[in-house]
Amino acid sequence: MIHHRPPTPADPAARPGHPAHTAPAALRGSLTARLDDPARAWLDRALDEAADHPGTHGPISVWELRLAEAGRRCGTEHADAVRVLILHAARADTAALDRVYRQGTADERRAVLHALPHLVPGPDALHLVEDALRTNDTRLVAAALGPYGARHLGPHDWRHAVLKCLFTGVPVDEITDLARRAHGDTELARMLGAFADERTAAGRPVPGDLYRVLALTAPPHADGTGIDGKET
Amino acid sequence: MRIFDPHIHMTSRTTDDYEAMHEAGVRAVVEPAFWLGQPRTSPATFLDYFDSLLGWEPFRAAQYGIAHHCAIALNPKEANDPNCTPVLDHLPRYLLKDRVVAVGEIGYDSMTPAEDLALEHQLQLAADHGLPALVHTPHRDKLAGLRRTVEVVRASELPPERVLLDHLNETTVKEAKDSGAWLGFSVYPDTKMDEERMVAVIKAFGTEKVLVNSAADWGRSDPLKTRRVADALLAAGFGEDDVDLVLWRNPVAFYGLSGRLDLDSLTTGATHEGNSILRGGE
Ligand SMILES: [Zn+2]
Repeated sequence: MIHHRPPTPADPAARPGHPAHTAPAALRGSLTARLDDPARAWLDRALDEAADHPGTHGPISVWELRLAEAGRRCGTEHADAVRVLILHAARADTAALDRVYRQGTADERRAVLHALPHLVPGPDALHLVEDALRTNDTRLVAAALGPYGARHLGPHDWRHAVLKCLFTGVPVDEITDLARRAHGDTELARMLGAFADERTAAGRPVPGDLYRVLALTAPPHADGTGIDGKET
Repeated sequence: MRIFDPHIHMTSRTTDDYEAMHEAGVRAVVEPAFWLGQPRTSPATFLDYFDSLLGWEPFRAAQYGIAHHCAIALNPKEANDPNCTPVLDHLPRYLLKDRVVAVGEIGYDSMTPAEDLALEHQLQLAADHGLPALVHTPHRDKLAGLRRTVEVVRASELPPERVLLDHLNETTVKEAKDSGAWLGFSVYPDTKMDEERMVAVIKAFGTEKVLVNSAADWGRSDPLKTRRVADALLAAGFGEDDVDLVLWRNPVAFYGLSGRLDLDSLTTGATHEGNSILRGGE
């Protein structure tokens, strides 16, 4: 038994009660307060079942069944949190998370992405983040840029993901650790500048978020490299 | 006016259609799994298709303020292809999912023994998973096909009150109604039914348990046919409540039998601005 990791460190993008940013115990507390009686009873039983019978049993484990029906049992607005809690209670490892993601609806895939920071310490599940970033589903793209993506995405993929947010209208506030990762990133600054030029040349508006991110890329102090500096 | 299209293949349609449908009053659709025009060669391509009905397509619909649900099944035509029938073994895990509101579309195409097996098997799957079934009636030899369909439904564990018999017309509506099933009518530009015939059928048989759909797909079809029927009903003297019953409350009642219809989700959906239209109508 385990696995209550310390809460994800405070981050400007973190929203209270957000399933990727809230430690499971606290998430359960805030969720329980908002569910009605039948949904709360269902959740309690689902979490007990998952804790008592983790792992894979037969074609579909009982906790995977509960994952599938979480939306209609607890309400769509609570489904992400419920699914994260079930995955956590079942102590889903990378192989299980991979299966749930591959066999999941878009909603289930998003929940897996939210669960990664609570369940996978290393970069083993990065391929799921990469898969989500290839989609055009903005909710998946945003979830891919949560704490797990922030921690493990390499610079190239991360920069392209930031640019994709600007292209597809995902608010950059959804990107965890944006300020820290963007800070001093001259290559990102170059890409943003080129994107702004392309838009301007086409007579199209430049997304407002672009200038916010561009400002974040400024190096700690003026040292002459500016946005022409080399990637470090 | 609020419209629920209970049978439409949005995978085959463009975003212009979504926009026009929303403009016309469509706020909810059910997309049944069907034949893509090009024969599939393995179960794997069905799985990608089912995943898109539970992933990309509802996301796309939400961008236009339309709630998207689906029905999952092996379609009648490909039930005859041994390369495809192994997909039946994958259906149970899909039938558990949120937003899967029926097994469908199932039924007869050429009335073969392989179609018998697939229909019986999938009616049982519907019963096992607490889902209603969308049962297509064949285009050729229609009345004989309807009779055989009703017999198979009667012999199944799924009560007729949880079955929607679709693609009905003047020759099949009477026996379909007597069976106790819900009555689906596909309104097409040339074939199946048109707006005026649809009005005449409703005059003769009433509005109870009647659903009208566009069945729009990759063929010559029109995703706004639901609205055309609504307008034709009003022009023929039916009241707004009759129209709301046929074009909204009946499909909500039928697919609501699944316990999985979620018409509030647009308020939390993706990048779409929330709206409350589905709670109270327009
Ligand atoms: Zn169809």
